[in-house]
Amino acid sequence: MDKLMLLGDEAIARGGMDAGMSGIYAYPGTPSTEIMEYVQNNFSAAAGNIFCQWSANEKTAFEAALGMSYTGKRSMACMKHVGLNVAADPFMNAAITGVNGGFLLVVADDPSMHSSQNEQDSRYYGKFAMIPVLEPINQQEAYDMVFYGFELSEKYKLPVMIRITTRLAHSRSAVMPAAQLKQNVTGLPSDPVQFVLLPGIARRRYRGLLDVQKELVTESANSPWNNFTDGSDKSAGIIACGLAYNYLIEAYRGKQPTNPVLKIGQYPLPEDLVGKITGTCERVLVLEEGYPIVEEMLRGFPVTSAKISGRMDGTLPRDGELNPDIVAGALGMPFEKGPAIPSIVKNRPPSFCAGCGHIDMFNALLQSIDGYGPGRVFSDIGCYTLGALEPYNAINTCVDMGASITMAKGAADAGLHPSVCVIGDSTFTHSGMTGLLDAVNDRSAITVLIGDNSTTGMTGGQKSSATGRIEDICAGIGVDPDHIKVINPLKKHHDENVKIINRELEYRGVSVVIARRECIQVAMRRKKEEKSR
Amino acid sequence: MQTDIIIAGVGGQGILSIAACIGMAALKSNLHLKQSEVHGMSQRGGAVQSNMRISDRMILSDLIPQGSANLIMSVEPMEALRYLPWLSADGWIVTNTTPVKNIKDYPDISGIMTELRSVRNNVIIDADSIARRTGSLRTSNMVMLGAASPYTGIEYSLLEDAVRDIFKRKGEDVVELNLKALKAGKDYFNNKQ
Repeated sequence: MDKLMLLGDEAIARGGMDAGMSGIYAYPGTPSTEIMEYVQNNFSAAAGNIFCQWSANEKTAFEAALGMSYTGKRSMACMKHVGLNVAADPFMNAAITGVNGGFLLVVADDPSMHSSQNEQDSRYYGKFAMIPVLEPINQQEAYDMVFYGFELSEKYKLPVMIRITTRLAHSRSAVMPAAQLKQNVTGLPSDPVQFVLLPGIARRRYRGLLDVQKELVTESANSPWNNFTDGSDKSAGIIACGLAYNYLIEAYRGKQPTNPVLKIGQYPLPEDLVGKITGTCERVLVLEEGYPIVEEMLRGFPVTSAKISGRMDGTLPRDGELNPDIVAGALGMPFEKGPAIPSIVKNRPPSFCAGCGHIDMFNALLQSIDGYGPGRVFSDIGCYTLGALEPYNAINTCVDMGASITMAKGAADAGLHPSVCVIGDSTFTHSGMTGLLDAVNDRSAITVLIGDNSTTGMTGGQKSSATGRIEDICAGIGVDPDHIKVINPLKKHHDENVKIINRELEYRGVSVVIARRECIQVAMRRKKEEKSR
Repeated sequence: MQTDIIIAGVGGQGILSIAACIGMAALKSNLHLKQSEVHGMSQRGGAVQSNMRISDRMILSDLIPQGSANLIMSVEPMEALRYLPWLSADGWIVTNTTPVKNIKDYPDISGIMTELRSVRNNVIIDADSIARRTGSLRTSNMVMLGAASPYTGIEYSLLEDAVRDIFKRKGEDVVELNLKALKAGKDYFNNKQ
């Protein structure tokens, strides 16, 4: 078999296709998007049918994947770290119901917030739910862990999380594929009430989850992903989790350190292996990509415990992703730097694409709202968040998917008028619709400006859930059809658009203005494809 | 052998196609490869880079440590300077001269050129003009790759094979155009020596 050049994301996707996965469910989010995209783009390569369609949000994706597992099939749900907040309800409860067919949750964390609102560490969720977590260090491990994860999931009838971070998700390397497995045949759960979390049943199942914890620790101790390598220098021992292990070996120029080293790739933490470090070394250095979760567990209390070093005592920075230089510094190793960045170099932040419809939408909004005073525009997660930057300075909030509508509602309820929210079409169907229902029910005076580019733009143009049906959805939720307006955000319609937005700003009820123009990137791609056909 | 390369540019300039060519050639040479990319928000006109590591032994870190890049290849002059801390003492900078001025405070281009010339090992090339002369401005990337090819540690003929493979889908004309651009870049380098 030939080696494949795959992104970490793609290695996981490919792993799923080869390991008998029957369905994959996801909502786009950097750095996780390419998992689903790989399956969609390589569909013909799959043996048999694999269901691979985007879901409306991470919660619906997780639940659909759980439903597929219920039938005995192997399934996968993929999301970025903050997406797991949206799916937290089914996630926590799936640990109690357990699964039937192998179930993998793939979460891509984004330390240093390259494309995110925070850098939360999904390993906490794994610990919270008390399920196994796998953390690959390279593309080959990512691929192999899918096979291993499905087996582990089916052995314990539990969901298993694969946690990756940006650098692995978006780094390409060679992967040697394995022989393809057949998909599972359908078979319903042997216990007919396994998935019925009535209190009596839930209590029983939760005790079962607690009982199995010891076995999960034993699995970790025997795991191929957790390796202890002894060393003669016991003045310090090193525990390296996930990608941190790579930077450790880089610091030693590819050689094994003379200190004892424990590489961690499977959780819960293997107590016996950790003991080989903490029990024999004078000092313990904990290297982990993300929050100091292992360090916290080792320290217990108080934080000043002298023996443990890591992110909590300043040996490594408390925030941000690791890199070879930070790790070399923590090991006390000198490293050479090239010349400093000359002062002439200016920052180059992302910006709207030339010709983007959001530019015209913001220009119309800014003129419409001029005179009302600042601080009245609530916004959301998407390309249009760039409206916060110069020269627009057009939005005042960006918190989480859907929060524009609900925060505008709360502010309107407090008397702020006008109270405007700017949200994209995909974000609206992800988490905006329920908030709009609240506003309609309470007759909150908000103006919802939906920047409808008919795609999920920021992540590269994935299918949006309700393209062409946004106004029907708003009417169905109960917005007065007289106050659902569609505008075309183009320079030549500017004056007309300003007038329409202005009228709706004055209205003391729920109004929706849909600024609809196809994403310029998607439009260019589409035209290219049409031309080549 | 090990070659650490930073490919730099602005989101949308297509540095990933350069990376793909080098990657494919490295794979054909049976070398180990790590190619870290930037996806997501920065692709919208922000500063982007790709860390490429090629070696005859296993490489673990996806990221290049500071002070150890053998080559910074940039399709935009200011972006070349952004990664100087990663350049090794005997490393090379190969950069295009055409600025992308999508920010309000883009500095004076002569100041940028002064900084670039002060780097000990520099190749400054007007890849856009060369690409236009060989047939299409859109092959400027391949001119850059040709000019930087002696520093990649990869045999030139394998880069040609990679260009053929990668552009095959787009037809024989596109393949030829890109091969011509690659060679024009290589010739520029040779004449400079």
